[in-house]
Amino acid sequence: MFWLVVAYLGSLATMFASAFWTVDSFTGNIVRHFNFGNFQILFTQSVYRVIAVRSLTVAVLVTLFDALIAIPIAFFMAKVLSQRLRNFAIVIIILPLWASYLVKTYAWRTMFSDGGVLVWLLKPFHINPPGYGLFATTLTLAYLWLPYMILPIYAGLERLPDSLLEASSDLGASAGKTFRQVIIPIIYPSIIAGSLFTFSLTLGDYIVVKIVGGKSQLMANVVYDNVGTAGNLPFAAAAALFPIATILGYLYFVRRSGALENF
Amino acid sequence: MLRSKRLIAVTSAASAALLIMAGVAATASSAASVPKVPMASTLGKGEGALNIVIWAGYAENGSNDKTADWVHPFEKATGCKVNAKVGNTSDEMVTLMKSGGYDGVSASGDATLRLIYGGVVAPVNTSLIPNYATVSSFLKNKGWNSVGGQMYGVPHGWGANVLAYNTSVVKPAPTSWGAVFDANSPYKGKITAYDSPIYIADAALYLMKTKPSLGIKNPYALDNTQFNAVVALLKTQKNIVGEYWSDASKSIQSFESKNTLLGTAWQYNVNVLTSDKKVKVGAIVPKEGSTGWSDTWMIAAKAAHPNCMYKWMNWIISPKVNAQVAEWFGESPSQTKSCSFTADKNFCTSYHATDAAYAKNIYYWTTPTSACLDGRTNVTCKDYAAWTQAWTTIKG
Amino acid sequence: MKISRRAKIILGAFTGLVLVFIYLPLSVVVINSFNPSRTFSWPPTSLSTVWWTRVFHSDGVIPALLTSLKAGLGATIISVILGSCIAFAVARYDFFAKNTISLLVVLPIALPGIVTGIALNSAFNAVLQPLGIGLGLATVIIGHATFCIVIVYNNLLARLRRMGNSLEEASSDLGASTFQTFAYVTFPIIRSALVAGGLLAFALSFDEIVVTTFTSGASVQTLPQWIFNNLFRPNQAPIVNVVATMMLVAFILPVWLSQRLSEGSAVGSRL
Repeated sequence: MFWLVVAYLGSLATMFASAFWTVDSFTGNIVRHFNFGNFQILFTQSVYRVIAVRSLTVAVLVTLFDALIAIPIAFFMAKVLSQRLRNFAIVIIILPLWASYLVKTYAWRTMFSDGGVLVWLLKPFHINPPGYGLFATTLTLAYLWLPYMILPIYAGLERLPDSLLEASSDLGASAGKTFRQVIIPIIYPSIIAGSLFTFSLTLGDYIVVKIVGGKSQLMANVVYDNVGTAGNLPFAAAAALFPIATILGYLYFVRRSGALENF
Repeated sequence: MLRSKRLIAVTSAASAALLIMAGVAATASSAASVPKVPMASTLGKGEGALNIVIWAGYAENGSNDKTADWVHPFEKATGCKVNAKVGNTSDEMVTLMKSGGYDGVSASGDATLRLIYGGVVAPVNTSLIPNYATVSSFLKNKGWNSVGGQMYGVPHGWGANVLAYNTSVVKPAPTSWGAVFDANSPYKGKITAYDSPIYIADAALYLMKTKPSLGIKNPYALDNTQFNAVVALLKTQKNIVGEYWSDASKSIQSFESKNTLLGTAWQYNVNVLTSDKKVKVGAIVPKEGSTGWSDTWMIAAKAAHPNCMYKWMNWIISPKVNAQVAEWFGESPSQTKSCSFTADKNFCTSYHATDAAYAKNIYYWTTPTSACLDGRTNVTCKDYAAWTQAWTTIKG
Repeated sequence: MKISRRAKIILGAFTGLVLVFIYLPLSVVVINSFNPSRTFSWPPTSLSTVWWTRVFHSDGVIPALLTSLKAGLGATIISVILGSCIAFAVARYDFFAKNTISLLVVLPIALPGIVTGIALNSAFNAVLQPLGIGLGLATVIIGHATFCIVIVYNNLLARLRRMGNSLEEASSDLGASTFQTFAYVTFPIIRSALVAGGLLAFALSFDEIVVTTFTSGASVQTLPQWIFNNLFRPNQAPIVNVVATMMLVAFILPVWLSQRLSEGSAVGSRL
């Protein structure tokens, strides 16, 4: 087991070291010649900046969307519903996780198509839903990862003693103030825990955008295309450093924000 | 993924990942020489087992559909118990074959050459495979399945990337790939293109026929100038594309919901659309010709069950089985005699299975390498890694 | 804070809306499982059970499902054990390389699946191959565990940070042994977080496809792989809708039971 961990980390390290290598264009073999060529391409060609910003935006939007939905729901489940209903609600929330990611994504594809369910549903409101594209991608990803946000927040709120809320209002705090100054700080670690999933799962996903993204692409597609079809591992490794650096940056930001002493 | 694996099938320098992984020293080997691997001269009894690496759908044992089963009859006839491992990408197939433990593989395009030059597969003694004689002659001794006139496998099946269009909307009917490259197309936003770097070859083929001044001789051999012209064309095309497609289900659904009216497709997609009767879709190989693919069954150099593998190669191209697998998968059978065994009597006609003139217009997917595939030595060509990065740029 | 009636109604209505959002695509899946069209074309022109009969006559689903269940359970057990050990260590003790450890736990989920997959594949080849162990169910389980650990770890860590260790200290001050403290104080508090983490870990493993591709051997096929192979082969793509529907129904009871099990005692539920 120990050696497995070592080997796994070793492989990862080799892979990322390879970001500084190149592929010999004649033989297709990897040439272990240290250079910054891959990074030079990534940093100088504007297309990669565009894709990076796009991926980051989608990941942030997905995370925000999920958090905004998850907090009220988790609160409702933990503080309003009775124990019995609560269990029922959890079952309802996480059950979709067993319906297969691919199948659900294809269901969204059906819904977003011309003459699909969304067009049909929104017709009475005179809203024309956008077709395949980034909006559909963001919504589908947010949909897929929603339970990963709701559950940790619910678990955080579930332990929040009712007495604390009562104390807050007895001391004269308004509901809004209680929410901001008591509830949010307490579920903050849970939100971070949830956001880590929504954020990183989004950054690593390349299938959803292929199915509902129209002609768009994200950073994970760049990684996938280069390693999966072109065998250009060095370039893929260099591109894969983007999601990793982003997540590390995010963790650093969370730690610096002071809410968590170590994370 | 039906043939989106094939987008990967056209992998180039695959072994990159695998090389580091396997810890093989990455020495820049000099120009290709084929390792000497002995060829079988006689066949013995089956060894009782067979381990093969396949594309999904090439070795059905009835577990997906009761009527699609050509593995059990094979096991019954030869006593070789079949273990089939689905490879999702050519890279994966090459790794699996290199890792040993497999007797054969259904390899595509470039994977074949990598396997041959890597000494992973053995030449095939076609005289030991009776059914080989009646395989379509236009598939024999080709660049992707043989070296110096020696076959390294048996052709399994092939297909073309056709131009499909919604016949009730797209009028007049297109005759040229120009229909999907026209910046002022009336079908802007309803055009589709294949989501893979290999699609660059489609644009190259179009320019090869319409812009002779570029001097493109082979859509898979593009020097810098040619490549830039092709990429520019594809960037313009992006403005009129509604979506890129990568799997057959996606393409079919898109045509059916009329999100797509026009664009490249597989014959298979068109046939499904036709049988569904929701939209009327026509398909042509335009006057410029088309790109396409062709698969080959190969035997491992160190096969533990060589006799079973030979028996399998003969089995899979036998008229009835080749018809079954071609129909299940949606491609043209390589076996000329298969046409009388297809469930759909029009199958061979609709897939142009034995139409040599049709096949001649197909430029089969091959991995672009920096050594130009058209034989030019005074320039270097763009390799598949460059194609991939360009594809990212095209999609933006 | 007394939650006002109005707030309750608003919250309830919002929850209801989100449930519609969650179940709308699923109802499309369920309806499409009765759609005779091979291409999920919408709206269905007629209803038929053709795909349902197909599934019952398909020999591939059950083995794939069993493989996925085994892989999911195995990965969940490993990640619950390792994830809680690491979470406890990180939350309760200060030690050298603590930050590195917590980073290493988070890393697999931050990596695109394909990177994890390739790295694992080469690790297995380097370590297990010489021992004569090929790729198979065991390697799939280990592969899934690498990114499932972080789910248990994260859920548990959030809980541990919230509860602090005053209760445990009180317990030991009152003379409870370490084991008693764990069994009567710590465990009831963390139980629901563990179950939540375990459930999510199982779900993630049950649905994983990219890492699986690189870590499964010739003979192993998980349910998502089966779905993948069928979805992109439109001969019978709609049967994946049937399987998804069946999974939805089949998992109602286990998920509900796991919730019941996680329900705390009086101490646990309203601390």
